[in-house]
Amino acid sequence: MNWHRSQLRVDWRASVGLVGTVIKYLSVAFLLPLVVGLYYGADVLTFFASMVIAVAVGSLLERLDPDPDLGAREGFLMVALTWLAVATIGMLPYLIAGLLGTESTLARPENALFESMSGFTTTGATVMGAIDLQHHSHAIMLWRQLTQWLGGMGIIVLAVAILPELSVGGAQLMDAEAPGPGIQKLTPRIAETARVLWIAYIGFTVLEMLLLYGLHLAGMAPNMHLFNAVAHPLTTMPTGGFSPESQSIQAFSAAVQWVIIPFMVAAGTNFALFWHVINGEPRRLIEDTEFRAYVGIIGVLIALVAGHLFVGLGASEVPAGVAPINGQIEDSVRHATFQVVSIITTTGYANMDFNAWTAPTKYLLLFAMFIGGSAGSTGGAIKIARWVVILKSLKRELFTTVHPEAVSPVRLGGKPLDERAVRGIYAFTLLYLVFFFIAVVIIVADAWRVGHYISAFEAMSAVAATLGNVGPGFGAVGPMNNYLSFPVTSKLFMVFLMWVGRLEILPVLVLLTPAYWRT
Amino acid sequence: MRVIIIGAGQVGSSIAASLAPTHDVIVIDADGDRVDSLTYSIDVLPIEGDGTSLSTLREANIAAADLFIACTDDDETNIVSCSTARAISDVFTVARVKRETYHQTWTETGGSFGVDFMVCTNLLAAETIVRIIGLPAAHDVDVFAGGQVMMAEFCVPDGSPLAGQTVASADTFEELTFAALFRDDSISVPTGRTVIEEGDDLVVIGSPESTHALAGGLTPEQSSHQEDIVIIGGSQAGVQTAKLLQERGRRPRLIEHDHDRARELAEALTATTVMESDAMDREFLNREHVDEADVVISALESDEKNLLATLLADRIGVDRTIALVEAAEFTDLFEAVGVGAAVNPRDATAEEIIRFTHGNDTENVSLIEHGSAEVLEIEVDADSILTDRPIRESTEELPGKVVIGAVTRDGSFITPRGDTTIRVGDHVVLFAETSDVAAVAEAV
Repeated sequence: MNWHRSQLRVDWRASVGLVGTVIKYLSVAFLLPLVVGLYYGADVLTFFASMVIAVAVGSLLERLDPDPDLGAREGFLMVALTWLAVATIGMLPYLIAGLLGTESTLARPENALFESMSGFTTTGATVMGAIDLQHHSHAIMLWRQLTQWLGGMGIIVLAVAILPELSVGGAQLMDAEAPGPGIQKLTPRIAETARVLWIAYIGFTVLEMLLLYGLHLAGMAPNMHLFNAVAHPLTTMPTGGFSPESQSIQAFSAAVQWVIIPFMVAAGTNFALFWHVINGEPRRLIEDTEFRAYVGIIGVLIALVAGHLFVGLGASEVPAGVAPINGQIEDSVRHATFQVVSIITTTGYANMDFNAWTAPTKYLLLFAMFIGGSAGSTGGAIKIARWVVILKSLKRELFTTVHPEAVSPVRLGGKPLDERAVRGIYAFTLLYLVFFFIAVVIIVADAWRVGHYISAFEAMSAVAATLGNVGPGFGAVGPMNNYLSFPVTSKLFMVFLMWVGRLEILPVLVLLTPAYWRT
Repeated sequence: MRVIIIGAGQVGSSIAASLAPTHDVIVIDADGDRVDSLTYSIDVLPIEGDGTSLSTLREANIAAADLFIACTDDDETNIVSCSTARAISDVFTVARVKRETYHQTWTETGGSFGVDFMVCTNLLAAETIVRIIGLPAAHDVDVFAGGQVMMAEFCVPDGSPLAGQTVASADTFEELTFAALFRDDSISVPTGRTVIEEGDDLVVIGSPESTHALAGGLTPEQSSHQEDIVIIGGSQAGVQTAKLLQERGRRPRLIEHDHDRARELAEALTATTVMESDAMDREFLNREHVDEADVVISALESDEKNLLATLLADRIGVDRTIALVEAAEFTDLFEAVGVGAAVNPRDATAEEIIRFTHGNDTENVSLIEHGSAEVLEIEVDADSILTDRPIRESTEELPGKVVIGAVTRDGSFITPRGDTTIRVGDHVVLFAETSDVAAVAEAV
């Protein structure tokens, strides 16, 4: 089909070649679990083999185009493929550990891919049957945490920060990957912007590690030993949600839960704002429209949920291992705050099984899954900035209905927005919701096909949790359960949902249009 | 160095593209679409805003900037933004203006308006045209080392005696180096065995005498003393060209169609014959024997008119035609359809400003083929990899295609050969591809 190839207007070799470079560099990440494996004497071979494969595959792909020249189209392809490729490489340790004798659900390829994609996209949905250090080595558990940390600030952002060949097209690549509408360049050089973001990210992660381990040393968190104190910040800052504890954050003391909350809030904030704070302009953070809306919506939801929990309408009965909530101010506020923040920022941690909550509070959480973090944060879903613009433009519609001649631009933080940007935000949000409803139908139908009963609410929560990169849903996919009960086809479909959700649909969807490949 | 550029038009973006690899560049433009597209095409920090407003300049962190370049299409905006920048910081300001009167005021008052360096687009265009007239068949000419060294880009015309010869046989001039050869959009460094073909673009660097002599050999039928010069269009650039020619003792003719403008120009230009007519009027052209002119320069207000006017002049038998082109992307096209040379005032402006920003030792720079290569002059210091070594050795360590075209030492010209040893204080004129220029300038 030479005729076919000559019609292609996309230099796919350049894209795939660069994906190869990224994979090659990603193999360095296997070093950390390798060292941990050496220390604990388990899964050394697993990570060594994974590393060799990653370097080999990366170098082979790289040879497709020794001097890649990225245009706008190649950029989209490269970003989309990078995330697919990284998830594929990331599942190697699970598969190899399975081959080498670890009894695990992750030994099956579809589960390994699901876990890896869920990791890199910072979803936090799991198909790991037994989450504990008896069944899995420290190295594997650390790798699971590390995938989220790497994916959080973005593989492409990391690549732009490190690889000089991405300096020219870098802005466009980061744009395709970054959460929210458009990126903010902070410095004249894109590589420097990428580095600034990563440094802020690393800074927060290290700070959280120190605080958590400090609590342990102070005797306020008995089971927050060194491994846990390192593992949890790796999934808090990327709003990931994986935990080496099967009980998630319920396993830890109230003090630990309170420490994690502000870090989740920070992870859901636009990281560019922290840069302004460091530069001596804290007003840029406090006066930012999106940040105010973000804090406001969190506050309102916490008040609603905490009120429900306090008066006893929120949770009908408390699961074993959790102190009574009804009538207890600290407990009600803590559970409400932790859970609301965890869901809005799309982290997906749980400090108790919120399946035990009543329908009104559960629906509040489902609603929160669609809000998402801020643009430029590590959070998923639709994002606060988009909702702010939508609400403002709806308000304008009402205004112009009464005053048809009025010219009123939509402003965000005092700056008028281009109408094209507003249209783009409407298009994305509509697309997101359409994707959501179609996916719910597919999941329900696929479950019914194999005779697995799933309620509409559970299916909705599962789709919202994977598409929005939240993690746990309700019922069968609740925070203390997992996604194992779904058929293979549904799991692969959810892998797709997590992928398109992380890249915010458009960069992937654009690849599926004939116009992209031809004219 | 931190550079703030106001205006992301042709001049602003070509300066930004040239500076981005080695400097921190911030570009301010009022047009949101331009700012958007800049984000993806060049690695600079684009800011949407008004370059004359304090808040925008503060957002760009003017206090930390070293260089401020105002190059929007509006003279007043450029001057006001430079003054504003100077009022709140001690940045070095560069303004681009079109009107020669502003430039004159600035020169005569010793740097007023808070502008430290002013570039006049029309004056530069006129200077470029006059330099081209001085050399037959040259596209681009620039002088270096205080006039000791001349760089010229020639197109080898059809039927040229040079075509078919090897470089070794063509290079009969003692003080001349063939620096580069452009053929079918690719750059090569000619060796002695390279055969010159018709249509090639040659870049030579050497003493002015040798360069002139080579030019004479390219097209022997042309005289190098063009006395009869016709300028079509009384635009700013056209008038500047006439003025410069007058200063060089020529008596050009200038054709302007507007009655009042023609009168005004006739009063101002004493040694120029101003005629009021439409340049497309063939009868007029025949009556005035414009077909016998040695050079016709078209400086009308639009590219289309300039193209028609020069093609018409070419058709009626004028030896050489030169056209002003506003849109950089058309310059190649003009030359391809038969216009002798196309001069882009914006290219010239960008070149002049870039010259300013290349490190301290780089004294002079000239863009070739719209920026795909550069010729630059560097004063060699003790740290340079050229110092006290034969050129053959040191050039092997330089990246990319680099040719050392000329050397001047204590004001005298030295033709560089492989065994020439460079000393501290020598001025070196070298040719390099734009992508390598930063690295080369660093090493040398």
